[in-house]
Amino acid sequence: MTAEAAQYFGAGLAAMGIGIAAIGVGLIFAFFLQGALRNPAAASSQQGTLILGFAVAEALGIFAFLVALLLLFAV
Amino acid sequence: MASPLEQFEIKPVYPIEVSGYDLSFTNASAFMIGALVLIWLFMFLGMRKAELVPGRWQSAVESIYDFVHGMVDQNIGPKGKKYVPFIFTLFMFILVANVAGLLPYSFTVTSHLAVTFAFAALIFVMCIIIGIARHGIHWFSYFLPPGTPLWLVPLMIFIEIVSFLSRPITLSVRLFANMTAGHILLKVFAGFVISLGLAGGIWSVVAVLPLIMNVALYALELLVAVVQAYVFALLATIYLNDSINLEH
Repeated sequence: MTAEAAQYFGAGLAAMGIGIAAIGVGLIFAFFLQGALRNPAAASSQQGTLILGFAVAEALGIFAFLVALLLLFAV
Repeated sequence: MASPLEQFEIKPVYPIEVSGYDLSFTNASAFMIGALVLIWLFMFLGMRKAELVPGRWQSAVESIYDFVHGMVDQNIGPKGKKYVPFIFTLFMFILVANVAGLLPYSFTVTSHLAVTFAFAALIFVMCIIIGIARHGIHWFSYFLPPGTPLWLVPLMIFIEIVSFLSRPITLSVRLFANMTAGHILLKVFAGFVISLGLAGGIWSVVAVLPLIMNVALYALELLVAVVQAYVFALLATIYLNDSINLEH
């Protein structure tokens, strides 16, 4: 495998991490919706927490994205 | 066909060079000034004749301000009143820059890491300065959550420091990645429409499908533009809160 091929290979592997973070983000919204449907009155007060949880989960996907970008453009 | 990355190119509008540094007035600068002018017009014309019972425009301005004020109040509390103008400015600038970037042939300022990282670094430095100014040396206790068992202390401090240092990176890359990825996606689908449409015969009819997809993606991108501005402002508020209200 040439160095360039390995670079693209690694970027592709890093892209998988983004997909796994997507599962996490999906879980956060799923459980929020589950809780919100049980107690709709309390749902709107937790909107900020929801976005915060989403942002924290997404941050880890962003690290994977960053690794992919670094492999493609910086290495 | 043009590459989907072409839309992010920075082109000088008015070249300026000061002692070897390229300080040209670029399309990015033009769109930043454009965003400022738009915000100024929106705020100024909306509040020019401020009435007790607001008209349509005035209530639009007031509801956005109220939204940001409520967010800061909920997260920081009464001590956060001072920071409402800052968060409001941040929110409005990112919102207008994101939404203006969705117009065809326009330039998205927030799709450049240099711009988003400048904001994130500003917030990061601001958090440290406010934290130390308010709590002095005691602020460093932020890195050790209360009630940590003794054997976990070194690990906890390490984790907290890493998560603190990664804040500006995640904050800036989140906005940049969302805007860049969205715009590339739109451009790729627009490219499908053109290449299928030019293929002739049955393919010209099939070209309607990516067009429909592109319309749907545009709606999604509008949502993303607003949500990312909100997320950026909310996280800035939460980071400020960590510096202002030291919980332990």
